[in-house]
Amino acid sequence: MAILELQGIGLYRGQSWILREIDLEIARGEILGIIGPTGAGKTSLLRVIDLLEEPGKGRLWFDGKDMADRAHRLEGRRRMSMVFQRPAMLRGSVWDNVSYGLRIRKTAEPVIEEMVADLLKQVGLAGYRNRRASTLSGGEVQRVALARAMACRPDVLLLDEPTANLDPRTSQRIEGLISRCHDICMTIVISTHDLSQALHMSDRVAVMMDGQIAQIGRPDEIMEQPANQDVAAFLRAGNWNRRGG
Amino acid sequence: MDEIIGGLVRAVELILTLNPEVVQVTFRSLGISVTSVLLASTINIPLGGLIHFSDFRGKRALVNLIHTLYSLPTVTVGLLVYLLISRSGPLGWLDLLFNPAGMVLGQAILITPIMLGLTITALDAISRDIRDTTMSLGASEMQSLRAIAREAQPALVSAVLLGFGRALSEVGVAMMIGGNIRGHTRVLTTAISLETSMGNLELSLALGIILLSISLLVNLAMSLSQRR
Repeated sequence: MAILELQGIGLYRGQSWILREIDLEIARGEILGIIGPTGAGKTSLLRVIDLLEEPGKGRLWFDGKDMADRAHRLEGRRRMSMVFQRPAMLRGSVWDNVSYGLRIRKTAEPVIEEMVADLLKQVGLAGYRNRRASTLSGGEVQRVALARAMACRPDVLLLDEPTANLDPRTSQRIEGLISRCHDICMTIVISTHDLSQALHMSDRVAVMMDGQIAQIGRPDEIMEQPANQDVAAFLRAGNWNRRGG
Repeated sequence: MDEIIGGLVRAVELILTLNPEVVQVTFRSLGISVTSVLLASTINIPLGGLIHFSDFRGKRALVNLIHTLYSLPTVTVGLLVYLLISRSGPLGWLDLLFNPAGMVLGQAILITPIMLGLTITALDAISRDIRDTTMSLGASEMQSLRAIAREAQPALVSAVLLGFGRALSEVGVAMMIGGNIRGHTRVLTTAISLETSMGNLELSLALGIILLSISLLVNLAMSLSQRR
C-alpha cells in the first residue's frame, strides 16, 4: 500500500497554477527522485506533501488518511520531516536544534541525549554539541538539518536540494546519510537539480515540467524512453558534471 | 568654557552626593517611563503579532501608517492626550491631567507606533522560515508560535528598549500633560528645560549627564540583546 497518495493536486499562487493535476503514489520505503528545471514546481510539491501548503485542488492521503481532515494533519506532519534547501537554524546550540523535534514530542530527556549524540556522530558533528548554530558553515548547517529531521524518526523524509551548493565531499557524506535512512525503511522524496544524483539514488524518478509530472518511472526507463521531446531535451541539457553522466 | 567646566564639576558633585532633587527627579522619570513601556508592551507586542499573523484588507496600508507615525511629534501627542483627558474631554472624569498617570498614558501612546512597527518587522524577518522549519519537524501551531516568539525575542527586546529610550527622552508629553509640577510630575527632561531657563546650569548638566548615562545603558542593553 502507498504511504502517500496525491490525486489531482493543484496549487495556485500569485497569478497562476504552479502545480497542476498532480497524481502520484509513493510506496512505503522507496526513494523517489524529483527532477525538473528551475520553477517546475519541485519545491512546491514537497511543501504540499509536507502539509506546509494547502492545495487549491485535489486530495492527499497519508497512510490511508485524508489530510484534508484537520484532525489528521498534526499526526501526518509528525510522521514526516523536511529538510529545506536553505535550512533555517533555530536560536541556540546544535544540540537545541537536533533535539527540537524530540522535545516537542515530550520525549524523555535520557532518550533525547542518547539519540542526539548518536545522530551527531552519524553526521560527523560529534564535537559540535554546544556550538552555536548561527556559527556553522553551509555544509554543517545542512548536516545539522538532516540530523534534526532524522531525529524525529519520520516515516517519510522530504529533501529539497539537499546537496545544492555543497562541495563534492560533503555531498557524498549527505548522500551516504540518505542511503542509511533508506536502509532503515524510511520513505524518501528527494528533489534535486543534479540528474546523476537523482538517477543513481532513486528507485523511481519523476520529471516535473510546468507544474506537472511529465514522466515517472525507473531511472533506466526515464533515460531510455523519455516521454516527450521536452523531457528528452531536459535530460540532454541536464547537470551531469559531478559524476560525468 | 570655564563656566561649562565648572558646571560639569558641580554636576558630578550633585550626582555623587545624591542630591535629593536630582535623585527624586531621576526616579520619577524612570518610574513613569518604565510604567509607560510596560503598558505599551502589554498592548503592542500581542497586537503586532495579531497584525502580522492576520490577513485582512488594508494590512499593507496599516503597516505603512504605523511606520509613518514613528516620527510622531511629541507635542502633537501631548495635545491629543490633553484634549482627551482635560476636564471637558471624554476621559476628563479620570482626573489624569497634571498627574503621573496621565504622563504614563501619553508616553505609552507616543511609543505605540515604534513598538507596534518593530514587533511586526521582527516577526516578518523570521516568521516564515521558522514556521516552516518547526512545522516540518512536527510542531503544532502553538508550538510553532512559541518558537517564532523565541526567535524574535532579541528584536522584541530592542523594540521595548527603543520605546523606553523615546519615552524617557521626550519632553512634549511630559510638559503638556504633567505640567512640570515640582515634587509631583517633574521629570528629567522637563527639569532640564526649566533649570536651564532659570540659569541653574549645574543642576541642568547633572540631570543631562544622568539622562545621557541612562541612554547609553539602554543602547548597551540593546546591542547585548541582539547578540545571538
